[in-house]
Amino acid sequence: MLKRLRPFSLLAVVFTALMVASSGALAGWELNMRQGVTEISQEIYSLHMLMLYIVCIIGVLVFGVMFWAMFKYRKSKGAKPATWHENTRLEVLWTVIPLVILIGMAVPATVTLAKIYDTPDADITVKVNGYQWRWEYTYLADTPEEEVSFFSSLATPRFEIRGEAPRSEFYLLDVDNPLVIPANTPVKFLITANDVIHSWWVPDFGIKKDAVPGIINESHATVLEPGTYRGMCAELCGRDHAYMPIVVEVLEPEEFEQWLAEQRGDVAAAEQDDSVALTSAGQVRSFIQ
Amino acid sequence: MTAIPHDDHAHHGPATGLWRWVVTTNHKDIGAMYLWFSFAMFLLGGAFAMVIRAELFQPGFSLVEPEFFNQMTTMHGLIMVFGAVMPAFVGLANYMIPLMIGAPDMALPRLNNLSFWILPFAFLILVSTLFMAGGGPNFGWTFYAPLSTTYGPPSTVFFILAMHIMGASSIMGAINIIVTIWNMRAPGMTWMKMPLFVWTWLITAFLLIMVMPVLAGLITMMLLDITAQTSFFNAAGGGSPLLFQHLFWFFGHPEVYIMILPAFGIISAIIPAFARKPLFGYASMVYATAAIAILSFFVWAHHMFTVGMPFAAQLFFMISTMIIAVPTGVKVFNWVATMIGGSMTFEVPMLFAIAFVVLFTIGGFSGLMLAIAPVDYQYHDTYFVVAHFHYVLVPGAVFSIMAGVYYWLPKWTGHMFHEGLAKVHFWMSFIGVNVAFFPQHFLGLAGMPRRIPDYPLQFANFNMISSMGAFLFGLSQLLFMFIVIKCVMGGKKAEAKPWEGAEGLEWDLPSPLPYHTFETPPKIK
Repeated sequence: MLKRLRPFSLLAVVFTALMVASSGALAGWELNMRQGVTEISQEIYSLHMLMLYIVCIIGVLVFGVMFWAMFKYRKSKGAKPATWHENTRLEVLWTVIPLVILIGMAVPATVTLAKIYDTPDADITVKVNGYQWRWEYTYLADTPEEEVSFFSSLATPRFEIRGEAPRSEFYLLDVDNPLVIPANTPVKFLITANDVIHSWWVPDFGIKKDAVPGIINESHATVLEPGTYRGMCAELCGRDHAYMPIVVEVLEPEEFEQWLAEQRGDVAAAEQDDSVALTSAGQVRSFIQ
Repeated sequence: MTAIPHDDHAHHGPATGLWRWVVTTNHKDIGAMYLWFSFAMFLLGGAFAMVIRAELFQPGFSLVEPEFFNQMTTMHGLIMVFGAVMPAFVGLANYMIPLMIGAPDMALPRLNNLSFWILPFAFLILVSTLFMAGGGPNFGWTFYAPLSTTYGPPSTVFFILAMHIMGASSIMGAINIIVTIWNMRAPGMTWMKMPLFVWTWLITAFLLIMVMPVLAGLITMMLLDITAQTSFFNAAGGGSPLLFQHLFWFFGHPEVYIMILPAFGIISAIIPAFARKPLFGYASMVYATAAIAILSFFVWAHHMFTVGMPFAAQLFFMISTMIIAVPTGVKVFNWVATMIGGSMTFEVPMLFAIAFVVLFTIGGFSGLMLAIAPVDYQYHDTYFVVAHFHYVLVPGAVFSIMAGVYYWLPKWTGHMFHEGLAKVHFWMSFIGVNVAFFPQHFLGLAGMPRRIPDYPLQFANFNMISSMGAFLFGLSQLLFMFIVIKCVMGGKKAEAKPWEGAEGLEWDLPSPLPYHTFETPPKIK
């Protein structure tokens, strides 16, 4: 038996090694979902962990009983086969218990789902339009002149993809013009597509919504922390599906206002808030030019 | 049946030469051809998978261009689903169902010949699209419109033709299986005495005749969109790409059960045989299979949680999907209860069956996680999904087919296979499949989308490990081919019942099987 189990234990060693390696915060060994930076993404994470724990416990119990049976009832150990093959009480029990567990899962899942569907009144609405193979972001406004619209395309140079230059840290996750939104402010996204189906996914926001031609989907996020958040298109959309990342820069609300004003070409507003722009130069770098 | 009087059958054998295989109406010949065909497709689809894993071995363009990569993922999926797994189960059904129910052959032998022989042409057409201008299908095996219609390559019409032929083959095969089971059972073989493989296939055949016409309708609508300027799926003409997805998954979800229910039947034959104890809860196994089949028509939109559905629809499809865990759980518990109190040995068919129970259950766990709609927003279309369905399809469906082949190979060939080599095959496959697919859970959770030829650097490590596992798994299937050919050519003589605890009519027959069996119905105890 030991001989037969060896590959099992080998596998266990490999995976334990991977676990240990990952705990050392080594990049590239992430094992789990990100908690994210919105209330919803954090709730999704807790739900994911709850599910994971439940299935792990069930797995340990079921496989535990099975491996115990495999050791105990072996012909080589002289086990004589029994002939029983039914037990109504047991069968009812293992139909009802899973049902109860499922209800226990469905309740928190429904609560979170309801929260996702409860769109808050948003001050800022961004239209996200998927193209083969880039995203277009439009900040909706009351008048067309006040609308701000731009394309966001992959910034990773071709020679990095071709392997002719060392790959940068954010290989395939860098764009020329990121989406910019304010922190701690409800932002509504209206998501659609121009050609084929795409999917707009920012893992840290807990948002993945398909961009479907002819249909406008709605999503929302209230980001708790300023920073840069990255995602990728999640629905196969043709040749360059892997090359249309999403980058969102989340600024403090006042910095965002400053940025939006600049985009609208409102020079007066820009000059007035010059000091803000300088102090946050790192975060708004890509828009100054 | 031919015009030759019935009594002559026992005296004449098959026609000689290659022509035998073209004109045969014998269920064993046709079953064997289905199995060989599916194995050839398994190797071809596997070769495409090797291209995919080689490209993903490291980031960047290392081997193929994205256009070709997309054709590889599409062809890998289509060939494995429609060319490898489904025909393998149909082959096992053809070979084993008449033997299990005490029938002389399938009820409709000429239809049987036709349903097999159109398949190679379907796949010839499908694979030939790779050499056409603009390349083959590159839109994923789910071929979502409008990527596959307005934006599809010119070869898409040939893809549609190939799918139509496969669908026709499946429908004919399913009708044949239903008619055979309904009418040709030996006297005394009542419904609740049928082996579970027969039960699961009866239910699977009903699923097939219900959903294959939906697929046929869907691809016909695609064909009209492409060639006749209709707008079923074209938003610009008033159609909806979502209509495509609803129709596809109304076919697609029962389709995934078509690929797993017969597996349940095989495992339910093998575990009692090697535990030397009757299957626990036979009746509840039958009811659970029927329950899974019925539920499969009410869960399709769980593949579409991110398309933007109303809250009520989202909730309905989440709950209905979760309920499937109950009958599936019953099956797993029954298999474990069959082992308790048994007298177990661990020959190769049993090793595959045990691996099936464990790894299929892991796939079931990730399936339950995917059912939770709010969490699915993070899992959807990532490698977590890839890991999930490969766990249920590879160490699930494929392992059950291998378990069945090892279980019945002595009966088919009259020779025992090489036990030592077969154990090497098992362990290589077991390690390969886990190293290939377990890390894909981590990749998906960390945010790697599926169907990408190139990826950010944070995914590099697990992709490399996954590729190494895939290469090991691929290599071990060449060993499988060698073992099977070696067993067909010769080996230790197999007894009529080579497995001590095996139950069923097929084991009353000599090994190898005579060309015609059960010309007079057996007595059922």
